[in-house]
Amino acid sequence: MNTTIPSDAFLVNAYINGNEKALSDLIQRHKQRIYSFIYSKVADRDVTEDIFQDTFIKVINTLKRGAYNEEGKFLPWVMRIAHNLIIDHFRKNNRMPKFENNGDFNIFSVLCDDDLNAERKIIKGQVEEDLRRLILELPEDQREVLVMRLYKDMSFKEISDQTGVSINTALGRMRYALINLRKVIDKHNIVLVN
Amino acid sequence: MENVYSKTSPQNSNLSPKDETIKFLLDYSQALSVIDCNKWKFEALLN
Repeated sequence: MNTTIPSDAFLVNAYINGNEKALSDLIQRHKQRIYSFIYSKVADRDVTEDIFQDTFIKVINTLKRGAYNEEGKFLPWVMRIAHNLIIDHFRKNNRMPKFENNGDFNIFSVLCDDDLNAERKIIKGQVEEDLRRLILELPEDQREVLVMRLYKDMSFKEISDQTGVSINTALGRMRYALINLRKVIDKHNIVLVN
Repeated sequence: MENVYSKTSPQNSNLSPKDETIKFLLDYSQALSVIDCNKWKFEALLN
């Protein structure tokens, strides 16, 4: 019984002459080596699969067009095609960098949507409404300073000019306004946190 | 624990393409025919 394994050159020739089974044999013979080579460079199974497929599409096209002239060096030739496609892949990715999640780092831990969701928007509205009602309970002079400072974003100098009191008095009123607000919040166990 | 800054090299033993990929390639090969016409070569994919 003859059990000699046909050489690559023999299979390539057979394939060029129309034997489709020869291509299957060539792929089976070299698939692991070529696939591992690609994976060792790109470290991604899906990209490896794509490059492996593109490599053999080029091989098939070249062989079918009769443009192959490297008899006896089939594997190095295929490896060179794969190598060129790997370089193309990295060039493409450099132009358009792609972030992927792996075990060590998750891109969404640094990228997030800061917008409040519907529930948080409602809570924020309620907190602001509660705070407004508490402010209304403050003595008139303290409320005036607090509203100018926090809601109108005025400086203590501007508050002092507008209310006709010294800056120190305005600062003191602001301080007492905050102390009183805290007291009411503590007394009634009000939670003002979103 | 100390940080490991080196990248783990991909495990590349026993790696093989998916069966679908190989099937696609064999089907592609069967469907592809190159037509020679006055020095020009045309590729035709027949389904």
